[in-house]
Amino acid sequence: MTAPDAGKAPATPARPGMRERLLRALHGRAELQAWSLLGPGAFWLLVFFALPLVLMFAYSLMPRGIYGGVEVGFTFEHYRRFIDPLYLDILTRTFLYALECTLICLALGYPVAYVIARSGRWKSLLLFLVVLPFWTSFLVRTFAMIFLLRDTGLLNNWFLRLGLIREPLQMLYTPFAVMAGLVYGFLPFMILPIYASLEKLDLSLLEAAEVLGARPAARFRRVTFPLSVPGVVAGSLLVFIPALGSFLTSDLLGGAKEILIGNLVQNQFSSARNWPFGSAASFIVMALVLVAVLLYLRVRDAAPEGAR
Amino acid sequence: MKPTSARDPVVEFRAVSKSFGDVTAVNAISFEIQRGEFFSLLGPSGCGKTTTLRLLAGFEEPDADGGEVKLLGEVVNTKRPYERQISMVFQNYALFPHLSVERNVSFGLEQRKTPKGEIADRVRQAMEMVRLKPETFARRMPAQLSGGQRQRVALARALVLQPTILLLDEPLGAIDLKLRKEMQLELKTLNKKLGITFVYVTHDQEEALTMSDRIAVMDNARIAQLGTPAEIYENPRTQFVAKFIGESNFFGGSVGRRGVDTWDVAGAAAPGERFRIPTEGGPCAQRAVSAGQAVKIAVRPEWLDLCRPGEGPPDENSLPGTVRTVIYLGETMHVIVTMSDGSDVTVAVRNEGQLIKPLPWKPGDAVAVCWRPEDCQILEDA
Repeated sequence: MTAPDAGKAPATPARPGMRERLLRALHGRAELQAWSLLGPGAFWLLVFFALPLVLMFAYSLMPRGIYGGVEVGFTFEHYRRFIDPLYLDILTRTFLYALECTLICLALGYPVAYVIARSGRWKSLLLFLVVLPFWTSFLVRTFAMIFLLRDTGLLNNWFLRLGLIREPLQMLYTPFAVMAGLVYGFLPFMILPIYASLEKLDLSLLEAAEVLGARPAARFRRVTFPLSVPGVVAGSLLVFIPALGSFLTSDLLGGAKEILIGNLVQNQFSSARNWPFGSAASFIVMALVLVAVLLYLRVRDAAPEGAR
Repeated sequence: MKPTSARDPVVEFRAVSKSFGDVTAVNAISFEIQRGEFFSLLGPSGCGKTTTLRLLAGFEEPDADGGEVKLLGEVVNTKRPYERQISMVFQNYALFPHLSVERNVSFGLEQRKTPKGEIADRVRQAMEMVRLKPETFARRMPAQLSGGQRQRVALARALVLQPTILLLDEPLGAIDLKLRKEMQLELKTLNKKLGITFVYVTHDQEEALTMSDRIAVMDNARIAQLGTPAEIYENPRTQFVAKFIGESNFFGGSVGRRGVDTWDVAGAAAPGERFRIPTEGGPCAQRAVSAGQAVKIAVRPEWLDLCRPGEGPPDENSLPGTVRTVIYLGETMHVIVTMSDGSDVTVAVRNEGQLIKPLPWKPGDAVAVCWRPEDCQILEDA
């Protein structure tokens, strides 16, 4: 709505004049104001997210090109191909990995978030430590994990020197290594939302519970936890969804045996040069995530009062 | 009113102290609260009244050598709130936002393992007691209630436990004036009807006077005065109490010659200004003075009168001043008079209708502030 105005203005428009006209155009028009705020972000998402998504969906229904890319046509072949024990296994494994990772992050992250929320003047420092890993790239941090976990790595060296083991433990390229990498990478995404919901918890509610006869355990079960559920839900989604699509961790720490759906998709687009199949796999994962998230939110809403 | 002579203390504080770091919040205070009493802790913010209540609730423990808190004859210094026979209504109500009204009220009963069938009955009774229709409100969430309704839920949640002692932390602070007056009466009625001991924290002196059997006025971590509303209002011991409970004007001086039933006092305000105070009779008979000592008296605005300089009744005290401003309050008019030492004195004059019979005083007028010698309160802190 500003472009035509600007166009009509003389070659060197007096800036207050333009600003004035813009404000006048927006004045009292709530809808126009909303769109002018939404516009830039919406435009970005449309061009760089929605459009590619549509494109990928189209690819997934087209025959594969010989040197990559696609050919004109229509086929369900790629979706049909996915229904193969080989791929379904990868899918199941990915799902279980993501789920396990989410549960471990929750188990490790909740107490941390709880302590930070109650830590008074140490709060800022502790939060800073939680987000500190983000200062280096995930790739670098994953390589650091290799140095920790490999046969001649730091952990094995220490264990040997302490006499806990006689020969190096095989840790790298095992499911353990993948899980350790995933949990390490996503833990902050669990801690931060839970912290946020615990931090704004009104302490007088806890006192009220106590004066009404609730001992510490009951107080946690009946008040603290139910009121932190929004944080738990947000944290779980923030961990589960990216864990489902992760490929770097399993690639570097898991070796070839621990291939996840993310690796499959990546392979199809790079080395295998099967874009349509990669697209189809992506859409299947996306659909599953959607179903899983909807189910999860359903379950949560069914029990609004938390554990009884 | 329950006679305070019937001694059956449910709460006893014995020289209780509580410090937070360098700050002493409660300084060696002692008092008893009798069964069934409506007892108020009154004072400005930071005076220690809330800490006193929290010591009673069990949210705070007294200092290591900080005396004893006794409930029903038992020392409870280190007992947690859930181990005490108390219930509490919080300043912001502290309703559980994730639970319906019904489940907020039943919370305490569930914690105390009350049988299921009994819970439903008692929740309904408690809601009716605070005049919340169970059919209408039981299933609502706290966010769907008005301030006054939340207040009632908080009260029901505390009363449903049939506690021996109910603590109330400024529960009426956040609701509007009309509803507040209504709730004050209702609380007082509940207190008498149920026989539960109420301990009420407030900074609102009028509220304390309206509801309490006895009031502890707190100042600077100590109890400045403890007594019935009449004792506190009509016989304040210190300038702080006189100032905090109602309004007061203060005059100081040194006691001179003794007359028939008055002492002459040489006013501290200006040389040559004199006034008289009673030797006996009047509301301040208890406090004896002797010649030569410094004295301070409090005079309520309604006891003061205005006249033209030199025209005051001969048997009354009369001090000169200048009218600074006149404040219209409806029922009364306040005339603020600046005295010769620059201090302000408030004189309350009945409003007889400014449209028909306007006050004869306007700012700048020279006046005399008059009062009968017996209409004063002799304070302890001269």
